[in-house]
Amino acid sequence: MTNLLEVDKVSKNFGNFKALNNVSISVPKGSIFGLLGPNGAGKTTLIRVVNQITMPDGGHVSLDGEPLCAKHIQDIGYLPEERGLYKSMKVGEQALYLAQLKGLSKVEAKKRLHYWFDRLEIGDWWNKKIQELSKGMAQKIQFVVTVLHQPKLLIFDEPFSGFDPINANLIKDEILRLRDNGATVIFSTHRMESVEELCDEIALIHKSNKILDGKLIDVKRQFKTNTYEVGIRATHETVLAKELSDKFSVTKADFKSLENELKFNIKLHSGEKPNDLLTFLTSKGEVSHFVELIPSVNDIFIQTIKNN
Amino acid sequence: MNHLPLIIKREYLTKVRNKSFIIMTFLSPLIFIALIAFVAYLSQLNSDKIRVITILDETGMIHDVFKNSDKTTYNILHGMSLEDAKKVVKETEATGLLHVVYIVNEKTPRVTFYSEESPSLNLISALESNIEKKLTNINLEENGVDVEKINASRVNIDIAQESFEGEKTSKMDSIIKLIFGGAAGYLLFMFIIIYGNMIMRSVIEEKTSRIIEVIISSVKPVQLMLGKIIGTSLAGITQFVVWLIVGSILMTITSFVLGIDMVQLQTPQQEMMKQAMENPEMNMQAQNIFNAFYHLPLTNLIIAFILFFIGGYLLYSSLYAAIGAAVDNETDTQQFMMPIIMPLILAVYIGIFTVIEDPHGMVSTVFSFIPLTSPVVMLMRIPFGVPIWQQILSLVLLIGSFMCTVWFAAKIYRVGILMYGKKPSYKELAKWIKY
Repeated sequence: MTNLLEVDKVSKNFGNFKALNNVSISVPKGSIFGLLGPNGAGKTTLIRVVNQITMPDGGHVSLDGEPLCAKHIQDIGYLPEERGLYKSMKVGEQALYLAQLKGLSKVEAKKRLHYWFDRLEIGDWWNKKIQELSKGMAQKIQFVVTVLHQPKLLIFDEPFSGFDPINANLIKDEILRLRDNGATVIFSTHRMESVEELCDEIALIHKSNKILDGKLIDVKRQFKTNTYEVGIRATHETVLAKELSDKFSVTKADFKSLENELKFNIKLHSGEKPNDLLTFLTSKGEVSHFVELIPSVNDIFIQTIKNN
Repeated sequence: MNHLPLIIKREYLTKVRNKSFIIMTFLSPLIFIALIAFVAYLSQLNSDKIRVITILDETGMIHDVFKNSDKTTYNILHGMSLEDAKKVVKETEATGLLHVVYIVNEKTPRVTFYSEESPSLNLISALESNIEKKLTNINLEENGVDVEKINASRVNIDIAQESFEGEKTSKMDSIIKLIFGGAAGYLLFMFIIIYGNMIMRSVIEEKTSRIIEVIISSVKPVQLMLGKIIGTSLAGITQFVVWLIVGSILMTITSFVLGIDMVQLQTPQQEMMKQAMENPEMNMQAQNIFNAFYHLPLTNLIIAFILFFIGGYLLYSSLYAAIGAAVDNETDTQQFMMPIIMPLILAVYIGIFTVIEDPHGMVSTVFSFIPLTSPVVMLMRIPFGVPIWQQILSLVLLIGSFMCTVWFAAKIYRVGILMYGKKPSYKELAKWIKY
């Protein structure tokens, strides 16, 4: 798989403030790439560099193998976090204008807009003014405008803010569908559960530096601790607990279950296999729960930021 | 890709379709004309009233000076005490009492005007000049000077002006030039203030509605800025043209319907014209006015007007756009407005005071080269004939500084439109330029 976007050692200073420090990321074609980081880490600056809104002080950016230049504006669709529309302009007119700015002809833009408006069931808003719409309604229009020119690269900064769960789901499905149709998506958000759900790759930026990146699966592998959550019923509970803590490193666990059982988190040392543990457990009692603890993106995020 | 036409079109259409813009466009001439009609009506009312001035002349010298006219009646009292005279004046509700009396040991009589309300300056000076003339004549005669002879030997000189090339000009030329230059300079001044502000507001609107980031991910900030300036200017020109058309139509209708002669407001000129028809000397005057028009360097004037107008307007409006980009809301614009408004006002004052005095003097020449003041001052100077090289040099300087300003404004614009929530200082603005 080749990379659609290559950001190579990009730096950006605002006066004495370093907003980006030698940041490199690679976004594979057809993936959903999660750009994560605490507030003020430099995500928006990086996104603006990719959008050619801000010029980097150093480093290179290339899109689809070519150095980034003015013509690539048409290949990118950007939904900024700080977004809005002209309040006193009519929906249809405004969408047409923004689409034409992205290089679509008026006729083509109209055709596609009608398709999208029908798809999202907002066709009857065409002649309404933005100020008559609710925030969520305006967000839908912004989403349509962002994807209308069928860009290779879509950049969404907090795309779900302002949406109710139904509409958020609708937009999520649209993003997935766009990915399946060949678009590459960069996705910046603080909602870790949607990262978990959508992203194939992630990068974590903290204090202007990239501190972590890779495939989501690989990152999780890297962060897993070989810990297993175990639920077991035994006749001699105290004996079992003693034997377990002699053999493995054990901590108390707490999870919801239907049975009144012993609950442990058991961490395996290197060389020990989960099967060894399982065999040991089954010989001692009735195993009702056995699951490997996979770190959530949320845990990885907090842990990585704390360690830096 | 060039999105400029698209942006201009949007800016223009949004401005022109804006309700308050439409209302302003059609209401302003209406209000303006209504105001003129009202004033005309009022001044007619005023002039219908006949003023009565009572005169108590204890010297017997000036009672024959005043002659009744359409507007003023003089009522001369005889052999009455001052107190009685005052009573009479109060009872008859006359405007006032003019009392002339000799004071012991004083050569000239003492003249006093008694009235309920303080009289107008016009009235007093009219009375003064009449009495002065009469008393002077009496003095002259007492000293054995023949007033008739003096009057007969009085000479009136009208200096004929002619350039070395043999072109005849007159005093009227200067007046006409002044009017033309002043009008052109003032028009530019008004245009900058009104539509510069409009540009600034439209930039702020884009910031507050947060659409700006969406837009500039598609177009370059400079393009957006230029599009805004041009679009808004076109809307401004449209408004001006509508004002002219609607204004003149309304003017005609009003004067027709109400029977108020608007032109009557400019009575002095009109009377002059009327007299010019009858009086051969005055006829010359009228001739002079036409000549003056003819003498104006019209081609130069029109070309220079267009060029300096565009140059000056663009220079200032890019500054306005930069201010709009630097702040979050209109109340924060104050601190940045001063440095823009000051040179503009300076230009108008210099234009009015020094150009009249000496259109080719040091001050007006220098300020007609300094870019921020040159459009206004130069436009006022040009009717008086400015060497072409000066005009070109001034224009080059203007365009050059316009380029610099656009570059500088675009820098501030690029950074400023993405800055929210803080009111920048000048120091910070300087930093933005380096970003």
